[in-house]
Amino acid sequence: MQGLVSLFQAAVFFGTVIMFGCIGEILTEKAGNLNLGVPGIMYLGGISSLTAVFIYEGSTPEPNPVICVLLAMVAAFLGGALGGLIYAVLTISLRTNQNVTGLALSIFGSGVANFFGGSLNTLAGRFEQIAVPVTSAAFRKTPPFLSGLGIVGKLFFSYGFMVYLAIILAVICQYFLHHTRGGLNLRTVGENPQAADAAGIDVTKNKYLAICLGAGISGFGGAYYVMDYIKGTWANDGSIEKLGWLAVALVIFTAWRPKAAIWGAYLFGVLYWMYLYIPGLTRASQEIFKMLPYVVTILVLVITSLKNSREKQPPASLGLSYFREER
Amino acid sequence: MHDAKQLREPFLRLSKREDLSMGRKIAVRLAAVVLALIVCGILILSITGMNPITVYVTMISGAFGTRSRVWSTVKEMMMLSCIAVGLAPAFKMRFWNIGAEGQVLIGGIVTAACMINLKDLPAPLLFLAMAVGSVLAGAVWALLPALFKAKWNTNETLFTLMMNYVAIQLTSFFVAKWENPYGSNTVGIINQSTQQGWFPQIAGSRYFCNAVLVLLLAVLMHIYLKYTKHGYEIAVVGASENTARYAGINVGWVMIRTMLLSGAICGLAGFMAVAGASHTISVSTAGGRGFTAIIVAWLAKFDSATMLLISLLLAFLQNGAGEIASKCKLNDYASQMIIGIILFFILGSEFFINYRMIFRGSKKKEV
Repeated sequence: MQGLVSLFQAAVFFGTVIMFGCIGEILTEKAGNLNLGVPGIMYLGGISSLTAVFIYEGSTPEPNPVICVLLAMVAAFLGGALGGLIYAVLTISLRTNQNVTGLALSIFGSGVANFFGGSLNTLAGRFEQIAVPVTSAAFRKTPPFLSGLGIVGKLFFSYGFMVYLAIILAVICQYFLHHTRGGLNLRTVGENPQAADAAGIDVTKNKYLAICLGAGISGFGGAYYVMDYIKGTWANDGSIEKLGWLAVALVIFTAWRPKAAIWGAYLFGVLYWMYLYIPGLTRASQEIFKMLPYVVTILVLVITSLKNSREKQPPASLGLSYFREER
Repeated sequence: MHDAKQLREPFLRLSKREDLSMGRKIAVRLAAVVLALIVCGILILSITGMNPITVYVTMISGAFGTRSRVWSTVKEMMMLSCIAVGLAPAFKMRFWNIGAEGQVLIGGIVTAACMINLKDLPAPLLFLAMAVGSVLAGAVWALLPALFKAKWNTNETLFTLMMNYVAIQLTSFFVAKWENPYGSNTVGIINQSTQQGWFPQIAGSRYFCNAVLVLLLAVLMHIYLKYTKHGYEIAVVGASENTARYAGINVGWVMIRTMLLSGAICGLAGFMAVAGASHTISVSTAGGRGFTAIIVAWLAKFDSATMLLISLLLAFLQNGAGEIASKCKLNDYASQMIIGIILFFILGSEFFINYRMIFRGSKKKEV
């Protein structure tokens, strides 16, 4: 029982990182743009929040936790959105290939983040391990009272606020996409931009907004990873990149439905951490178990293409640029 | 009747153009690179306070300053070109093989396995085993997504992407299995004392063989894509699958055949990375080159010579930026950042080659 509870907790921690990435990417893909820059965007979000808070905490003797959190969140959103903006300008206005641009963004983002993550101390003239204790503590603060409710508290209320924020965002996104006029417009742009354009929907504006907003949300994933998952430090070990690709995988797994991202993300977390709870594994065979999320995604991909069901298809014009002038 | 005043012309219109001369095209691309280098210079200046001229002098000395640095740059360039050459036929066919990273790794694993387990074989046999094994492994890794794409139209971008991580975990598995010394979680230099299965040293460098092999591959690929029936079929499938089908081309088979070739060359790149360069295997054996090479192949429009040129530029940036980083005690991810910026600029520059911008009130007539 104890083991199951801690597996669930580990899965929630893990899942929240990719849930943010996934929700952002769903929004982007619903606008018809396949952004393979998610890892880079999450890196940018993570490093912006860390840098902002690092500077703030270093400049005041008694940092205010509320300001810390706000600063981290705004910086993460802006960092991610900036990555999205680069991608949007290139793919929408300059009409570059989406996949290639996304990959370039991933290279750029991981370069920027790991560079500053590794050099922030040197640049600031401080030489200890990089740390933002106040912010990280604020991020990891569990809801009062509820977290003491025995096993229920442990299962559902032992997390920082961003875990709940991710769920709320998923629900809002689902509602927006399927129950509002704006969401309908956005989906039309992703399915058939010609028709959307003819109906008077501003394709370019919709795409720009969806991509930047989506990238900002993906950026939160980076912030959650840095502030909560690894407790306000930085590690140049490429984990965010791995998680970013998992977020892309999760989009397929959920069949582009944000609400499915909630359980999908936790399921990926369970799959990823399962090896810790299977007795008798050697260090080598653990690595085989860590393949599970990826293998499951491949299976889902294959099965959906075999079944060819109508509602589980990607947006029809995903990956294609829209040029009004093209006949 | 239309009132001319009410018909407002848009501020900016775009029209396609295909009439740009070769010289102008090269000029646009060069301008993009120069612009990107200026932006990078400003960036480095603002971070390190180094004067931009010093920055580029340091970069040049870092990449080409000594004999061994030149070879290290050549090694990097060849690795990147090899993967790009492997990817070219797949991408020309518009098959999004994002899985080069995994195909390289799997080739590397097989090579390392041969070096470790078959070290008592005579050298020629060992090399044969490594080469054939890595080629087959890479081909199989690429075959899976190709089969599903050809049969059921499974999305290959995401399939190949996921195959990367399966390969990475497989690498971790073997690293843990072969670790040496025990507990280090690295494989260490394989056959350090006997140098079994290492590429021989020619012309004073271990990387000479790599360079020759890759150049040969690049030439062969150029011929294959330009002057053979296979190459023509690839081009037709890439331009339009329906046209290809109408012309009687077996699209599924072309896909599978081309991906086998693509994966095989990427597997061979893994062979070169392990037997010809690092003599060890780790999850960073491919080191993101599988992704960078995609952009190289795409920017070069699958032309072998251009791929070599772009690879050289990127290898120069990587080693040059590494030198700056070590001089200023910063970490060498700076090179990735700079490579990212350069790629953005070159990608963006294509727009100005392919489109003509017509501003409001401009006298030029659209054709």
